Parts: sequence; C-alpha cells; structure tokens
Amino acid sequence: MSILEEAGFDAQQAADNLESARSVQGRTQLQLTWRRLRNDPVSMIALAVIILMVIAAIAAPAVAALTHHAVDTAYPDTGEDASGNPVGPGVAGFLLGTDSTGRDLLVRVLYGARISLFVGVVSTLIAIVLGVSIGLIAGYFGGIIDTILARFTDAVLAFPFILLAIALATVFGPSLTLIMVLITFFSWAGIARIVRGQALSLKEKEYIEAARSLGAGPFRIMFIDILPNLLAPVLVVGTLLIPAAIVFESTLSFLGLGIQAPTPSWGNMLSDASNFYQVAWWYVVFPALFLLITTLAFNLLGDGIRDAMDPRTERLIAARRLRRRGKRKARAVTVQAQQPGK
Amino acid sequence: MAIVGYLIRRLLTGAIVVWVVATVTFFLFFARPVQTVARQLAGRAATPQVINEVINNLGLNDSIMTQYWHFLDNLLHGNLGFSYFTGVTVDQMLKQDLPPTVSLVLGATVLWLVFGLSVGIISATRARSVFDRVASVGVLVGLSMPTFVVGELLVGFVFQPLYSGGFHWINTGYAGITSGIGPFVGHMLLPWITLATVQAAIYTRLSRGQLLETLGEDYIRTARAKGLSERRVVFRHAVRAALTPVVSQLGVDIGQLLGGVVVVEQVFGLGGIGQTSIQAVGNDNLPVIIGFVIIAAVFVVLANIIVDLVYAALDPRVRIT
Amino acid sequence: MAAERGDDVLVRVENVVKYFPVKAGGFIRHTVGHVHAVDDVSLVIEQGKTLGLVGETGSGKSTLARCVAGLIPVTKGKVIFNGTEITKLSRSAMRPLRREVQMIFQDPYSSLNPRRRVGAIIGDPFAIHKIATGAERKRKVQELMERVGLNPEHFNRFPAEFSGGQRQRIGVARALALRPKLIICDEPVSALDVSIQAQILNLLKDLQAEYGLSYLFIAHDLEVVRHVSNKVAVMYLGRVGESAPAEDLYDKPRHPYTVALLSAAPAADPDTAAARQRIILVGDVPSPIDPPAGCRFHPRCPKAQEICARVEPALVRDPGKEPEGESATDVPGGWAHVTACHFPVVPGENLATAGAAVPASITASPAKSPAKSAVNSAAKEELS
Repeated sequence: MSILEEAGFDAQQAADNLESARSVQGRTQLQLTWRRLRNDPVSMIALAVIILMVIAAIAAPAVAALTHHAVDTAYPDTGEDASGNPVGPGVAGFLLGTDSTGRDLLVRVLYGARISLFVGVVSTLIAIVLGVSIGLIAGYFGGIIDTILARFTDAVLAFPFILLAIALATVFGPSLTLIMVLITFFSWAGIARIVRGQALSLKEKEYIEAARSLGAGPFRIMFIDILPNLLAPVLVVGTLLIPAAIVFESTLSFLGLGIQAPTPSWGNMLSDASNFYQVAWWYVVFPALFLLITTLAFNLLGDGIRDAMDPRTERLIAARRLRRRGKRKARAVTVQAQQPGK
Repeated sequence: MAIVGYLIRRLLTGAIVVWVVATVTFFLFFARPVQTVARQLAGRAATPQVINEVINNLGLNDSIMTQYWHFLDNLLHGNLGFSYFTGVTVDQMLKQDLPPTVSLVLGATVLWLVFGLSVGIISATRARSVFDRVASVGVLVGLSMPTFVVGELLVGFVFQPLYSGGFHWINTGYAGITSGIGPFVGHMLLPWITLATVQAAIYTRLSRGQLLETLGEDYIRTARAKGLSERRVVFRHAVRAALTPVVSQLGVDIGQLLGGVVVVEQVFGLGGIGQTSIQAVGNDNLPVIIGFVIIAAVFVVLANIIVDLVYAALDPRVRIT
Repeated sequence: MAAERGDDVLVRVENVVKYFPVKAGGFIRHTVGHVHAVDDVSLVIEQGKTLGLVGETGSGKSTLARCVAGLIPVTKGKVIFNGTEITKLSRSAMRPLRREVQMIFQDPYSSLNPRRRVGAIIGDPFAIHKIATGAERKRKVQELMERVGLNPEHFNRFPAEFSGGQRQRIGVARALALRPKLIICDEPVSALDVSIQAQILNLLKDLQAEYGLSYLFIAHDLEVVRHVSNKVAVMYLGRVGESAPAEDLYDKPRHPYTVALLSAAPAADPDTAAARQRIILVGDVPSPIDPPAGCRFHPRCPKAQEICARVEPALVRDPGKEPEGESATDVPGGWAHVTACHFPVVPGENLATAGAAVPASITASPAKSPAKSAVNSAAKEELS
C-alpha cells in the first residue's frame, strides 16, 4: 500500500470531486463562436449598425408621424424651392431634404429600409431552409437523386438571374412577391451546393454508420446527425446571402423590374435620383449611403462570423493578449529603469 | 486525346441546355391566352389590326405543340422573330446591339482579371502588410457596392465635373472602334471600371484566399527547402494550383456578369443588348425579350465551355474522369 | 454441460460472397472488375460465446462483419440470425432486428458525432426504437454510463472532452443500450493505448458474463483476440484459412499463415523472443481484385507445392481430434479444428527448415521464396 493510500487519500475520488466541481455542461459550438465574436470589435460594430438599422426601419411610421410627413405624400409648398427643385437637408423641417416630387427623404429612406431588410432577411431564411433540405437529400442519398439535384443546383447557380427577372417581369408584372420569389430561387443554390458537399463527406463517417446500425432512418440521420455539423458553413453563407439579396433587390428596383413607385425602395429612389444629381445631391447620397452601410455591415459581420467559427482564431486572440501584456510589462520596466534609484 | 472527348461531351451538354432554355422560354411566354400573347408580341402601341396580323402571321391560334415546332424550326434557322414595335427583325436589332455589349464584357473582364488577380497575389505574398490591409478594406467596400451605385457615382462625380469642365474625352454613350481607339476607350472607360469593380473585389479575395492556402501546403515548403527563389516558388508552383478554383468560380460568375452588363448599359446609355431588353420590358416588346433570353443562354453556355476547357487544361485530373 | 457443448447457434453465415464492382470512367462508367472482399465464407457464432476473427488489412473481416450486421447487402449467400434469414429482409423489416445486433467501431474519434452530447448519443437507441423518453431515457442512459465505467454526471458533455478509452466506453454503452444478443466488435481496441486496451477488454468480458452477450470480435492482434475469444477464425484474402477453439489454435496452429502470424507476435521474454524462429513471409498481400489461383496463400507460403497453385484447398477437420459438440462441426466457429491447406503444419514441424524462415535475431532480407522454386522445379520436371 502506498503512503498516500495509507493516509486515506483516494485519488479517484479526488479527481471525481474536482471534475464535478467544474461545470458539467459542455459548450456548444454556437456558444464558443459567440465568445470569439464578442472579442472582435469590427464585428461588434457591424452588429450594432445592423441592429440600429432594424430599429430605424421598425420606427419608420413613428418618424413619419413625428415629422408630420407621410411617406407617399408630396409637400410642394414646403418641400420645393421657387424653381420647383427639391430642398436640401435641414431645410423647412426635412431632415434629409426632399426628393424630386417634394416628399420627405428621411421618411422614404426609412421605409425603403423596411423593404430591403424584409426582402433580404426573409428571402434568405426561406432560401436556407430550401437549400439545406435539398443539399442534405442530394448528399445523403447519392446516386441518381444526387445527380439530378446536383445538376439542377449547378444550373441554377450559373443561371443569369437578370434574364429570368426580365422574363418573369414581362409575364407577371413586377411586384414584391415576384422579387422575393426570384431572390429565394437564386439564393438556395449556393447553400445547397455547400451542404451537399459536406453531407457527401460526412456520410462516410463512422458515426453515421453507427446510426444506421442502430436502425436510424435516413431522415433522422440527415437532420439529427448531419445537420448539426453543418451549422458553421450555413451560418457564414447565410449571413453573406443577406447583403447579396439586398443588393439584388435594389438592382432590380433600379432597373424598374422590382418595387414600383410610389413605394419607396432604395433602388428605385436611386433610379429617380440619377436624373437629379445636379440639383439635389442629397437625393443620391442618402439612399446610397444607407444601402452601402447596410450591405457593408452584413458583409463585415459575415466575415467576422467566419473567422469566429474557425478554431484557429483562438490562437490569434491569445497571441494578441500576450502581446498586449508584453507591451504593458515592457513599459513598466522602462518606467522603472528611467527612475534612477533614489 | 482525352480533351477532345471532353470537349464533345461539353458541347453536347451545352446544346441540351440551350434547348431546355428555349423550351422553357417558349412555354413561359406562349402558353397563355392568345390575346395576351398577341398583344405583347405586337408591342404596346399596337392597334387591333396589328394584333390580328400578329395572330395570323405567327399562327397563334394553332395548337401549342405546332407553335412549338415552328418556334424551334425558326430558331435553328436563325430567325428570332420580328419586333412589331420598332419594325425591324430581332436579329437586326441584336446585331446592332452586340458590339457595345461585347466590348463592355471583354474590356471589363480583362480589367478585373488583371487587377483582381494581381492584387490578390500580392496581398497573399505580403499577408498582413499595409498593402494587404488596405486591399482588404477595398475588397470589402467593393463587395458591398451594387454595380449601379458605382456607375451612378462615377457618372455624378467623375463624368459630370470633367465634362462641364471642358474635358470631353470621357463620355457616356457608345462609340465603336471604327470611330477610333481614342473615342472608343474614352466612352468605355467608366463602364469598364464600373463593371469591373465588384468582380475585381470578388476575385481579389478569392485568389488571395486560395493562394494563401496553397502557400501553406507541404509541397511548397519542399520547393522552398530545395532552394528555389521565392518568386519561382510562387509563380511556377503555387499560383497554378491556386488558380484552378478561381477559374471554376469564373464559370459560375459568367451568368451573373450578364446582370452587371444590363445595369452598366442602362446607367451609361451604351445601347447594348441589356439596355434594349430593359426598354423592351417597358414596351411589352416580347420578341426582343425572347431573342435576348436565347442569345444570353447561348453566350453563357459557350463561356462556360471555354472556362471548363481552360480548367481542364490547368488541372489534368479533370480530363481523366 | 449443454453450455459447454454450445449447441445453440445464434448466427449462421452460409457461403457469403461479397464483391464490390470496380468502375472505370470514360463517357459511360462501366464495371471493369470486382474486389473479392469476401469469397465464400461460412461461420457460426454460438450463443453467449465469442468468435474471434483475425486477418490482415484486406482479408475481408470488416466487410464480413458488416454483412453479418446487415449494413451492406451480400452478393451471394445467407446470413441467418436466430433463425431468421436477414439477407433477404427489407430495411423496415430489419429494424426490429437491429435491436438484437449492435456494433462497436474501431475509431473512438470518428464513431461518435462530435456535435452531439454524449447523453444524446447513448440515448439514440432508445429514441430510434421509441422505447423510453425524457426522464426515463435519461435515467437509463446514466445507468449505462455507470455500468461501463463513466461518470453519469458527464451526460451533457461533448465527445471531445473525453479520452480515447472513455470514448470507446461510450461506444460500448451505446451498443449495450438495447440489450442486444450479438455485439460485433470491429477492432474496438486497435486505436487505444495498451493499458487502456486491457481495461476495455475486461469490460467486454464482464458484460458478456453479466448479460449473456455473444461477440464477433475482429482484430489483427492475436494476443488481444486470445484474451477474449472462445473460438478463433483466421481469414486471408476473403476466405477462412483456419478455425479452432482458441487454445487449440494457439497451441497447435496448422495453417502456415497462422503459424507465421503467431511467430510474429511479440514475446515478452527477450530470451524466448531470440530463440524463436521468425517466419517472415515474402511479398505483399495480393490485390483482392485478382486473387491468386488455387490456394490464395500459395505465393507467400513457405510450404507451397505445385498443387497449391492449381487446386483450392477445402476446409477439412483435423483428423486426429474428436469434436466436443455436434453442431456445425465443420463450419468455422464450431468446436472442430478445421484448416484449408493441402499440407498443414504438423506439431513439431519447423517451418524454418522449409527454407523461408529467418531467425528473429537476424534482420537480413529474406531468401528467394521457396514456393517459387518448388513450382519452378515441378514445372521443369513436367517439361523434360
């Protein structure tokens, strides 16, 4: 009997106690990602901007009520100057100026935000659901199902969407529904391709074989075993799809194939504004600015999430912390050195 | 000659794709009430006589399958229809519109390939340097800008001030090469830059990422360990491997490029296929739209085949399977 | 005594053949050949006993295991589990049978889904077969965890937080959940450290005793197999070369391949190791796409004669031994000692003097294969 055992020290018991004392809940991938994301100032600013934009969009009717300017109403007496041109920002109670027919630009821009964010987020969500399902089915079942679905996905990915937009707008006439259908149709393919690739490689893993040997059916395996492993790429692509959707919507509206006047969309406002930039720079600048900021914020956030999902980022964060600590130490040492011993 | 077999396979697939597109287009447009179709074919300003003429000429009262055969037959003979609105055949219109579009696409492609790839390669070889960081910011901004915004900004803040200041070389509208290289470039410069901006951003990021990954591979370390100069390592070995995904991305992007073309033509008034088709939508001018859709499909398929060939030339594994 | 005689046969494998098609590209992919993974194998696994299956990579043992588990379809032959022929069943008909047959996999790192909690993984069998839900399921899972030696409070952890040995225990718990009759262990300890191997093997033996489990235990390490098996079968290139009760196989191996394998197993005592004659086989295992004619082992066999290259030897019972049971005596996995060899090794025979052996203390490259020279001289005789 060893000395420790004689003293009544039970090694196993001690280890167990220590382990129980620590948290028994493992951290999910999402929790770890969020922790890393928190440490990235750029991503946090981007997230803040997005939240602000969402709040602004929701508050659009409130702003309209506050300024007493409705979104579709023109105010020629206050909103236009003597020669019938729009007034600039800050003039006559129009915080951002007016547009070509004397409507409050701020209110219209905020309503435009509603459209863009709604279209962007909702289309992307639907596209994710579609893309993940199709990708999983193609990747897991393989064979002829996969061949058909994969070819279809590739075809959609390579398809020039403007073509279809033009064609469908001719047949059905432009509308919000049309735009959302179009955007969803072209977004799901990117996700499906990634999900399919992952599913193809994951299905060879032993734990999938184990699930099959337990008697699990294909749908259980796809959605309970494979899907959790797909979170990372889907989240990254999804976040990057939103700005693409917003850009797409504004492009279509700009071309006249999307949201029609008088409903404000950043795209159709810019289309109108292009005729007036010599007399009303604000009409071009503010919608463009909002559009750019929103898109940029989503792109930055998407990049940030991609980095946060990568476990290698931990090392970078740790290295940065060490460097900072090192610098602080060095400074303390030099301060001391500079004070000659009194 | 595995590459010949590959080429034949791709041409066959391409032909099938064009056929599918033509069929879908046909049924999309023609499988509707005769009056609606006729009205759209005749154009917005058509009188009832013109509409009846259209119905008779095109046999719109025949069964849908008969119409389909006629449609395919016409296509194979290069006959894309007649625009009642403008009074010219569609292929005449397309012939007029082709030069601006082609000039735009080719010039922009060269521009963004050269710019995007070189910035990407330099960024990768000098990762985390000042150049790299500035380039990354540029990439992000470029990615977030819709093409039409870039176009409008260039028109408003470059073209306008220059033009009103008496500098007329940079201009909107189109001037073919026949009017001289100077005017040609002057008219195309801003459109090229507009179209190239977003694409350059995408390709800078893509090539940088690919090259960085490749440079981390073991066989590159071997090359360095052998004593090869860094330049040789990068250009003879790494770039080639890094480029293949870029090329395949190109294939996917060709289709999206068409979208950019339409926007740029609209903003700068270049009068190419894109702008014409947008006007056609506004005028309910169906024949032009059909013609545009099919031409575009052919273009996308051909471009994809070329890209696939380049890819197969770069990556020997593709030919074998 | 009935248990000793082992009359109840749980699994009967009859002449199972499994070929995988090899496809070539070109415009239309077509089949150019077959991988003969399993080529006419018959086995029995007896109730409450362990059959060890040994062989090199490419011998077909893993493929055979999956055929027995019903995970891959067989090309020919039958697998009969507890009286039911499972090879013909549809997937939905197989489902209730899946409760009776479970598998433990080789790699503890990839046999558990890294994104799911351990409690969910072990609880999967209950969920799939709708046996227990909620608190009841949690209780059963924690019981299982405790039984295999894990801390039940670690229910909510992810596999990454466990060591290799612990992960394998998780795999055992998952396999044990539904109290199956047969557990197929596909190299369950190959990826573990030696000291952990012993723990897992002992755990498996304890569980067998407690729950009356039957095991099909696959491994390439003979010593490991010896520790857990009642009967052992040795596979080579898709066929069974020899099968016997464990002690018989280790004391009196008859197939030259078995002898070579046993001689290669490391001995703990350095003196024994030095004195032992290592039989080093020349050449690599031939490809299963084009197996050698006749006895598959003949190109590497130190005793090969001309007939070995022509005629495939059948599994024959050791003539000097009376079987202790009556069930399936000549089928591998039964009580008989069967060998497929034209010139089985007799006790006392020194394969070293057959010409190919090299004493373990010398590491010179092996001499020219005597099999080839035997065949050559026989051929010369015929010609002259």
